[in-house]
Amino acid sequence: MFLEDRRGISKILGVGIVAVVLVAAGILYYTQFMGAEQPATITAGGASFPYPLISKWVSEYNKLHPAVQITYQSVGSGAGQNGLFAKTFDFAGSDAPLTDSQMSQNPGVLHIPETGGGIVVAYNIPNIGSGMNLTADVIAKIFQGNITKWNDPAIAAINPALTLPDLNIVVIRRSDSSGTTNGFTTYLRNASSVWLLGSGTTVNWPVGIGASGNSGVASTLQQTPGGVGYLEFFYAKNNSIPYAKVMNRNGQFVEPTLSSISKALGAAAPLLASDVRAPVVNMPGDDVYPISVFTYILVYKDLSYMPEAKAKAVANFLWWIVHDGQSHSEALLYPRLPSSVVTIAEANLRQLTYNGRPLL
Amino acid sequence: MVGASSLIVVAFFMMIFAMLVVRSYPSIINDPLMAFGSTWDVNLGIYGGLPAILGTLASSAIAVAFAVPISLGMSIFFTEYAPKKVRAALSVTIDMLATIPSVIFGIWGLWVIAPFVKTYIQEPIIGSIGFIPLFSGPAYGLSLFLASLVLTFMIVPIISSLTISLLTSTPVELREAMISLGATRWEVVRHVALPFSKLGIFAAIILALGRGLGETMAVTMVIGNSFVWPFSSPSLFAPASTITSKIASELYEAVDVLHVSSLVGLGLILLVITLAVNLSARLIITRISRRNAAE
Repeated sequence: MFLEDRRGISKILGVGIVAVVLVAAGILYYTQFMGAEQPATITAGGASFPYPLISKWVSEYNKLHPAVQITYQSVGSGAGQNGLFAKTFDFAGSDAPLTDSQMSQNPGVLHIPETGGGIVVAYNIPNIGSGMNLTADVIAKIFQGNITKWNDPAIAAINPALTLPDLNIVVIRRSDSSGTTNGFTTYLRNASSVWLLGSGTTVNWPVGIGASGNSGVASTLQQTPGGVGYLEFFYAKNNSIPYAKVMNRNGQFVEPTLSSISKALGAAAPLLASDVRAPVVNMPGDDVYPISVFTYILVYKDLSYMPEAKAKAVANFLWWIVHDGQSHSEALLYPRLPSSVVTIAEANLRQLTYNGRPLL
Repeated sequence: MVGASSLIVVAFFMMIFAMLVVRSYPSIINDPLMAFGSTWDVNLGIYGGLPAILGTLASSAIAVAFAVPISLGMSIFFTEYAPKKVRAALSVTIDMLATIPSVIFGIWGLWVIAPFVKTYIQEPIIGSIGFIPLFSGPAYGLSLFLASLVLTFMIVPIISSLTISLLTSTPVELREAMISLGATRWEVVRHVALPFSKLGIFAAIILALGRGLGETMAVTMVIGNSFVWPFSSPSLFAPASTITSKIASELYEAVDVLHVSSLVGLGLILLVITLAVNLSARLIITRISRRNAAE
């Protein structure tokens, strides 16, 4: 009886000590890491293309600022835009800038270029590896069904070193609406006079088979000898799918690499400075890979509609991603923003206000 | 209580129907004949649904045409001829097949069946009778034919498990009477079991057709998603699209109001098609059973 009582007391004592230690650790943690920063929970979402990079940014930023919780949902650019307009998302990721009519319906939205990407023309031709030469006109004719064989004279003429097979071309493109399709078709519309299908996240393809997502196009391509499709650079690179060099405005056949894509983003900076929504494909300049695009963060200029702590956290996070955050890009095969573009992003971010006062 | 729960079902249906009508209203105003347009071009703002509607009807009809003989043959074998051990194994297999999620069927179709179909079915057929437009090339693998084939595998368990339970519930007296008259097993099936359960089998086929019409995931993965079938080439081996694959592919990124409402409009058309199929099936069943009662 007596012994059991003593055991009970020591048990209570033990629990008490653990509780005190936990509370002390909690207080220490708060004072140590939270500092003056107020807790904020940010909900964002949109384009799936930058999702791996944004996830990395979110986890790295959370290490530096534990009070700020950010979630980014990879729901697609269209859903991201709608979420921003409905103010269920505090900012949105979008591969395409807003159209003029969207801008007039939803005034006061800022575009922040956050990173970019290259779109590669990938193919599956037996015994032919990466580096086939293609021009915008040839790509346009292939994807419209005007060129139907790999040994077509138009392809052979720009690839004298290759022995091209007498093989039917099978066009493989996205069936789902996609920013990648938008970037690819915007390039063809700008760079080729023979392209007739216009540009957008979905176009009315006359030939070929549609597959869902980068993964769908890649797996269909790998099973289809004679197949050709367009993929995000990092996807083709990671999966070792052969892709083409594309002729740029300076007449060079350029291989898509992180540096040639980053050069394209830099070449677009003057255009971006006057209109951040300008299409940036097919930029002039040496070693510029022409099918390069930006992807944007969309955020309202006036953040007075959210709590002040959250507005501050949004502004600080966005400032961080275009500066320190860029150091995480290349490991994930995204191009680093050139400093000329960072300057433009800074100028746009400085327009963020809360009750009339700038947030940055 | 019981009344209220059935009211909930009715209310759900009405809510879904109303949502489809309200959300597709802009497209109905824009083009009341959307179901008959053959072009879908988002950039030009043209939204015609005919290729998707024809793809939906064709893929389901072909799948049912494949699945009915397979299912009936399997069911008759199961109830009349199979030894007990085989029967147990078959029954478990059919039940397991019915529980495979459709995305798994899609992956299997995309990775395994597509290359197989391309090499061993499409290429030989195109090589021999490819001059017939229905079987013309090129062989893509992913096609209307492949989608129908994958759907077949998905609806065979539905038809066969229902048919098996119908055939086994044939009254024993009728069976014994036939056998005492010297009938063979096949004659028992042909003259007693099948006539006895034909209405139920018909209902099972309609149920399977409904499943085929509405199937989304697996079909989207294997049909090739081309919106020009059957107008560019009427071939079974050409890529096509269905209503569900079109909606699943485009809805998430659709920004334009007319684009969104046209996709919802396609959904409304699909609901009307499935309703029409179900109601006409009901009508046929009541007619036949009335006629049987009169006999």
